[in-house]
Amino acid sequence: MHELAITQSMFEIVLQQAEQAHAKKVTKINLVIGAMTGVVSDSVQFYLDFMTKDTIAENASVSFKTVPAQARCRNCNQTFNLEEFNWTCPHCQGNIIDVIAGKELFVESIEVE
Amino acid sequence: MEIKILKNILGANDRIAAKNRELLDAHKIFAVNIMASPGAGKTSVVLQTIRALQDGVRIGVIEGDISSSIDAELVAKQDVPVVQINTGGECHLEAVQVQDALNNLPLAEIDLLLIENVGNLVCPAEFTLGEHLKVLIASVPEGDDKPFKYPLMFNTVDALVLNKIDLLPYVKFNVDGFTKTVKNINAKAEIFKVSCTTGEGITTWAKWLNSRMGKPLKKRITST
Ligand SMILES: Nc1nc2c(ncn2[C@@H]2O[C@H](COP(=O)(O)OP(=O)(O)O)[C@@H](O)[C@H]2O)c(=O)[nH]1
Ligand SMILES: [Mg+2]
Ligand SMILES: [Zn+2]
Repeated sequence: MHELAITQSMFEIVLQQAEQAHAKKVTKINLVIGAMTGVVSDSVQFYLDFMTKDTIAENASVSFKTVPAQARCRNCNQTFNLEEFNWTCPHCQGNIIDVIAGKELFVESIEVE
Repeated sequence: MEIKILKNILGANDRIAAKNRELLDAHKIFAVNIMASPGAGKTSVVLQTIRALQDGVRIGVIEGDISSSIDAELVAKQDVPVVQINTGGECHLEAVQVQDALNNLPLAEIDLLLIENVGNLVCPAEFTLGEHLKVLIASVPEGDDKPFKYPLMFNTVDALVLNKIDLLPYVKFNVDGFTKTVKNINAKAEIFKVSCTTGEGITTWAKWLNSRMGKPLKKRITST
């Protein structure tokens, strides 16, 4: 759903960084996406193929590193992976938690020529 | 050659949101981002909140929800400035649209700005607008399993308004279970149970909202 806006912002960052480095071509874009963001990688690739036409990033491939959602229990302080439909601490069954990973949305690096 | 970037994809939106926040703070305006699925009752809560607080607080509205009659209702009342954002079918509001809307509001005459976001539980959670408070409206007919389906949204908000509690006798909805789940996902969230139809719970919600504004209000201009 929000992939269009996200891909647009991402593409702006990529172009700006590539130009700064005087790159002739962008071959790869490495993204880090938290599992909780609900970003669908296929749609990002779809929009990106559109946007990169006739730019130095044409035909660049995108790699998605997905970060699993993780939480820390406020009761026992241990961390654990968040599964859908189960947000209870597996160590102590505590049910007040803080989300510590899974909301990431950034461009990690690009590969250029 | 690899170039390390490590840049937040939504950084541009965040920067404009920060500017909106500065502008709001300069005018001592408290802004609330109201999010929900379509039909949960965003517009109804906005209207009820206006009714409850109007006597002491000067309210302005930014309307991002396309399927809304708030414009007509407020124009009919002629006492609350409202700006409609044409989202062009987008699934969420972005900071830049709010920036435009702010340019079209009489900021000196507003204490509380209610922003009705586009009806959607996925996207608005990630796009900050410059607001001081994020509020999620859930409603009884949507079912009590929503928090698990949209954890990011439930995790992001400062307050949760459970609307349409007048329908509890007719719909299977476990209020205690729902409340527990929300607290589990988001310990800091305040929870309010309201009905915009009967008015139940509205005063409690409005009083809390008013208390969160937490700064001396500009003097209200009363016509005599
Ligand atoms: N039964 C009942 N219906 C409500 C309540 N609040 C709103 N509605 C109805 O729900 C529908 C959608 O409300 P609206 O405020 O437009 O939702 P929005 O799309 O989130 O802005 C309308 O038909 C309202 O009359 C409520 O507390 N109880
Ligand atoms: Mg509405
Ligand atoms: Zn624990």
